[in-house]
Amino acid sequence: MINELITMNGYGLHVWSAFAFTLLSFVSLYVVIKIQYTKEKNKFLIKFGNLNSERASFAKSQSINKEILSNTSRI
Amino acid sequence: MFKYFEPNKIFSITSRAPKYVLFLFIIILSIGLVEALVLSPEDYKQGHSVRIMYVHVPAAWITLGIFSAITFLSVIGYIFKLRNFFLISKSLAPSGFVFNIIALVTGSIWGKPTWGTWWAWDARITSMLILGLFYLMYLIAWRIYQDSDRVFKITSIITIIGIVNVPIIKYSVDWWNTLHQPASINILSKSSIHISMMFPLMIMTAAFALFSLLIFLMKYNTELIKIKNKGLDRL
Repeated sequence: MINELITMNGYGLHVWSAFAFTLLSFVSLYVVIKIQYTKEKNKFLIKFGNLNSERASFAKSQSINKEILSNTSRI
Repeated sequence: MFKYFEPNKIFSITSRAPKYVLFLFIIILSIGLVEALVLSPEDYKQGHSVRIMYVHVPAAWITLGIFSAITFLSVIGYIFKLRNFFLISKSLAPSGFVFNIIALVTGSIWGKPTWGTWWAWDARITSMLILGLFYLMYLIAWRIYQDSDRVFKITSIITIIGIVNVPIIKYSVDWWNTLHQPASINILSKSSIHISMMFPLMIMTAAFALFSLLIFLMKYNTELIKIKNKGLDRL
């Protein structure tokens, strides 16, 4: 059963390589996008941290900024 | 109606959704892989190589769907000057491009045992390759041009020219003699695929669609934060 699943009557190499390529592409794309997201989010947090209290409270009044600050550990 | 698409309104949803989409994607993909690799029957002609269909066909469908969506959003965005529609298009493009590559590579792997060759310059395969080049041009345009008006215009032109290729891809197997088989699934007429193969195909399509949604959401959030970073610079 296991042997047949691996060899697939001689088509195993083609089938498994097609699925492996697909899954590898998924993981690569996910990692690249995740890195980009984390980089931008960290940049935002550093910039926000450098604001003085007046500017920080103004920036915090915008709903998206509030969301970014409250979602820093998500995804 | 367009006010509902404003970033301020949808960011609270798009920032929370990825973790749920990722969870759902892993479940659906796991079911799809078991169905595609273990439970579905082999083809009477192609044997087990038919299983490549379960990654090749959904990837091709989704890359075509995403390019059509990008074109629609770019045109509407350009006509009504809706910046957010361009942001949505830009966020859809990476997964569309990767699905295009998956369709080409898995098609090539499927071609070897079926046709005896990795590649043929026939209408379907060549038009899919051209679609990949349009995706590439679209993504490069976003990287090259900094001026937003210019990039909106150029990316809209790329998608309008590129969309001409989409019906060519769809009907290439009917219009020309190609190595590629005609469509087995038709919305308007009876499909020639058996339910035992249709079911895993639909599950895998759902999994691939969820993955593109996940990448879209993550990319869209990244783009919004990028804009907000520029906003903090101006404060």
